[in-house]
Amino acid sequence: MTNSVQKPHPEASQKLILVVDDDPDFVMQTRFQLERAGYRVETADGRGSAEKALDTIKPDVAVLDLMMEDMDAGFILSRFLRKRLPGMPIIMVSAVTADTGLDFNWQNQDGRSWTNADVILTKPIRFEQLKREIERLTAV
Amino acid sequence: MESLKVLVVDDELGMRQAMARTLERFTITFPDMEGDFSFLPVQAESGERALELLTAERPDILLLDHKLPGMSGLDVLNQMREQGNQTLTVMVTAYASLETAIIATKRGAYDFLAKPFTPEELKTAIRKATKHLLLARQARRLAEEKRQVRFQFISVLAHELKAPLGAVEGFLNILRDPSMVSDAETHAHMVDRALIRLGGMRKLIIDLLDLTRIESGQKQRELLPTDLVEVAKAAIESAMPDADPRKIQIALEAPSTLVANVDRAEMEIVFNNLVSNAVKYNRDAGHVLVHLALENGVVTIAVKDTGIGLTPEEASRLFKEFTRIKNEKTRTILGSGLGLSIVKKIASMYAGDASVSSVANEGSTFTVVLKPAVAALSARPS
Repeated sequence: MTNSVQKPHPEASQKLILVVDDDPDFVMQTRFQLERAGYRVETADGRGSAEKALDTIKPDVAVLDLMMEDMDAGFILSRFLRKRLPGMPIIMVSAVTADTGLDFNWQNQDGRSWTNADVILTKPIRFEQLKREIERLTAV
Repeated sequence: MESLKVLVVDDELGMRQAMARTLERFTITFPDMEGDFSFLPVQAESGERALELLTAERPDILLLDHKLPGMSGLDVLNQMREQGNQTLTVMVTAYASLETAIIATKRGAYDFLAKPFTPEELKTAIRKATKHLLLARQARRLAEEKRQVRFQFISVLAHELKAPLGAVEGFLNILRDPSMVSDAETHAHMVDRALIRLGGMRKLIIDLLDLTRIESGQKQRELLPTDLVEVAKAAIESAMPDADPRKIQIALEAPSTLVANVDRAEMEIVFNNLVSNAVKYNRDAGHVLVHLALENGVVTIAVKDTGIGLTPEEASRLFKEFTRIKNEKTRTILGSGLGLSIVKKIASMYAGDASVSSVANEGSTFTVVLKPAVAALSARPS
């Protein structure tokens, strides 16, 4: 399910952020704060709906959860996005950390390129940090 | 075929070679344990040499003569114990006295072979040792698997607990800044969502405790004559606050009483899980039918809903721990992911089972079959 927030402003330099997460509360919080910060937001609750959304929108940044309907849904989606929109920055968000037995070596370049993400944030994320990363990744 | 290394320790060359020859030509098959074994003998003429080879060759089985020129067989056993070497040892000795056998066993020998012995007796001892080795290996593998399953369970559990915690933290972070949420409606909605997520977390912890108690076997089970109809009615009652606002009707189809020898708390868990699921995963204005029957000493509990249903693939995964079917229709429904696995465990404690039949988009029927102690079973028609 995708919800379009508002039609793009005619003169807007407003960036469009795609937020994909199966936790409706995380989606709501992220949307609320990004919109307050002046971004346009499109949301999806899983891999399938995110892929479908790309038929009609062209986001500037994608914020993806790693584990959604399947353990690796975020990975598969990030690969899809890289192919479809090669230049679009991807921010991966996850509650998974090394202490749960899954370690993707996110600290090094290898791990990041393997996950197809430009930035990886661990939940709970600080919104200021998310905003900073979006600003950095969309800076011309 | 797997080759097992056998270290043969005897100071008599002829004896050593005879044992080695027998072993070289010997194979064992354990058809029911998937094991085919041949043997590779390694020889040592003294206890000192044996200790060297134990380290260098890492044999699977040690055939150790007791009477050796320098160190005795028992001295070798002592050294091995000090070094923490647990190689499976068969003690060989001409002095087939009970006393030596007891000392050797105390010092860690697994078995005993009395000289003089025939090749057949040697083979019998080796067969016995090999079987022991195989069983010990299987036990180790099972223990390892169990550790893995446990670790996975805890990993998923941690993830399931962190998700609501993160959501609540997120809402509090937004709400603590008075300028962030100006309209009362959004404010109230965020507080409600935070409370709902905390409620889900509490349910997970309660389910987890139920599961742990059942699995540990530490919970005192009280198998007393209990009226299941009464338990069913109580479960329906406690589901009403969720069913009413959504206009979901719950009907009970049961004899006026159905008394069985069961643990009341366990039955409450079964009924509460089944009825609350049937409400949670139902459509608005849907129906729930709770059916209870006794036939030939078998109690059948069937809870039918008119909900979203399941695909066969979803149904097959449903009773496993932390299986919550995630799709568009269930994403706003909170569940611990443990309820049905607990129901299945309880059913198995009554020599019964839990199952589901379902038609996608039409509804599901969850059936629990129990075979409680027959003595106190009775049903009175309504």
